[in-house]
Amino acid sequence: MSAVTLDHITKTYDEGKVLAVDDITLQVEEGELFGLIGPDGAGKTSLFRVLTTLLLPDKGSATVRGYDCVKDYKEIRKRIGYMPGKFSLYQDLTVKENLDFFATLFGSTIEGNYELIKDIYEQIKPFNDRRAGKLSGGMKQKLALCCALIHKPEVLFLDEPTTGVDVVSRKEFWEMLKRLKQQGITIIVSTPYMDEAMLCERIALIQNGKIMSVDTPANIMAAFPVKLYAMKADNIYKLLTALRGMPEIDSSFAFGEYIHITLKDDNIEALRQKVEQQGHTHVDIKLIHPGIEDSFIRLMNQA
Amino acid sequence: MKQLFVFIRKEFFHVFRDRRTLLIMFGLPVVQIVLFGFALTSEVKNITLTVIDNSRDVNTQQLIRKIKSSSYFVVNESSIDYNDIEDAFKKGKAKCALIFPAGFGNDLQHGGTAQLQIIADGSDPNTAKTVVNYITAITTAYQQEISPAQQLPYTIIPETRMLYNEEGNGSLNFIPGVMALVLMIVCTALTSVSVVREKELGTMEILLVSPFKPLMVLVAKAIPYLILSLANFILILVLAVFVLDVGIKGSILLLFMESMLFIITCLSFGLMISNTTNSQQTALLLSMMGMMIPTMIFTGFMFPIENMPLVFRIISDIIPSRWYFLIIKSVMLKGLGFEYVWKETLVLLGMTVALLFIALKNFKTRLS
Repeated sequence: MSAVTLDHITKTYDEGKVLAVDDITLQVEEGELFGLIGPDGAGKTSLFRVLTTLLLPDKGSATVRGYDCVKDYKEIRKRIGYMPGKFSLYQDLTVKENLDFFATLFGSTIEGNYELIKDIYEQIKPFNDRRAGKLSGGMKQKLALCCALIHKPEVLFLDEPTTGVDVVSRKEFWEMLKRLKQQGITIIVSTPYMDEAMLCERIALIQNGKIMSVDTPANIMAAFPVKLYAMKADNIYKLLTALRGMPEIDSSFAFGEYIHITLKDDNIEALRQKVEQQGHTHVDIKLIHPGIEDSFIRLMNQA
Repeated sequence: MKQLFVFIRKEFFHVFRDRRTLLIMFGLPVVQIVLFGFALTSEVKNITLTVIDNSRDVNTQQLIRKIKSSSYFVVNESSIDYNDIEDAFKKGKAKCALIFPAGFGNDLQHGGTAQLQIIADGSDPNTAKTVVNYITAITTAYQQEISPAQQLPYTIIPETRMLYNEEGNGSLNFIPGVMALVLMIVCTALTSVSVVREKELGTMEILLVSPFKPLMVLVAKAIPYLILSLANFILILVLAVFVLDVGIKGSILLLFMESMLFIITCLSFGLMISNTTNSQQTALLLSMMGMMIPTMIFTGFMFPIENMPLVFRIISDIIPSRWYFLIIKSVMLKGLGFEYVWKETLVLLGMTVALLFIALKNFKTRLS
């Protein structure tokens, strides 16, 4: 049995004027760490809200642990943990009070599932008596995660848990998710960051409410259909403008100090000569393995 | 049960950690009571009275002493000229002038008739009339005192009594009004804001995605405000009794029960507002506009409802505070029992049930 299934789910707002989720079909297996990757406004939050029974879908059906998201919403609410994208704890309550409150609300106690949150909670424990509103961004996320975990949910929904969190805290956060996965909890996490996609077992790339691809990150990268080159020269901006005007270039994007390009005819030597003739100096071209970001951009342009 | 208890405790934390809420909750009643009790009173007291005594005899002195000993006047006897009176009015130094002509006592004792002149500031007709009435009454009383044996062939002596309020204490009328107003504002506004705040902060999402029954969210929100409002009610009563000298004639228990009913009416209204709004500002505006102004106008403690056109009288019938005001006036001031207010109570109860039903029915178990 899949932990979560979505069957032709469509969700619109403003009486059908705004299409947020467009006919999505998807399965997430038991115990999986599943990533929903897409830019802002792709429909990630809407999808989460349908699954967490907060919104009714316009069309299609969805289940969580076999329970229907519309009919059996009460059963689902007993079994899931949800961490909304916006920090949603009581800012005027202390760390301890927040945790206590949510534990009791879910019919649990801090002691009861302490093992589950121990690693995370130990880090914010020194600030037990500090009000949640006065915590730093990373600590807030940790507290929110503790609150979502305190009742040992079967499926955990994390909506952009690392947005606005510093790099170190983000890394720590993902370490925690891996440990939680080992406890057998199914985790569905959404993120706009491509580097985090690599940390998921399987990912779905989502854009404009549509799923473009669902697979393991490795498979998605391996499925890159053409050769990818990284290119640089002394004046990178001039090079990029020049490349964009060339008919043989299929795609070109700036990636840090390099420009990632794909060609229509795969004649890279011809391109090198052409570029050098145009007066670009220190031209460096190498064949590279596509990253998840390259795959995403390619899929996005095809759509 | 434990969940409910923890939820209610959390609500109390919110209230006691937010100075603004506390200020509205307990500052408002005190300010209202003091304001209505001392500043916005319709009673006429401490009128500056200028006396010009051109006679200076026993009779004028006795009469002036009588006027002085009443608490209504501040008498200014500095002998100014008759022509300066208008100047004193214009400068606001006097609200009223009393002029005894020369030979007042002599005329009275020998001629049997004496005249005195009262000049009042007519720019405020109500005060002016009241002032003239006060002086006339004092003069009449004095007249009877000095000639007790005088027998007119036919005499009609009106014996007037101000029932339920012998001293004409103005506080008596507005205390029930202020109670209605304060309870309405505190219950309706604070309850609606507290639910909407959860929506605004996003915590409502987590509350909904929990096994806690959505309807219990409303119950857990209402109970703390019910308790705080009852505390508020007691605070107002204590202020009324000890600061404004308003006696409670009826049963305190009945008063308490009726107030509890009214508080629940207001809470239901607050919950109803919170179901339909998504921002604290809208909720506050709605509960203030929707409750405060109609309460002020249509409750009957500021403007008599009997004088209103039919349309407004019908509107006033659907304002809960109007019925509460009637009940409280009857119980607190007239000392009447439940058998005299059961009809009003029934109306209020009906409104409460209807509002509560609408509030609970419209509560959304999902977002939007």
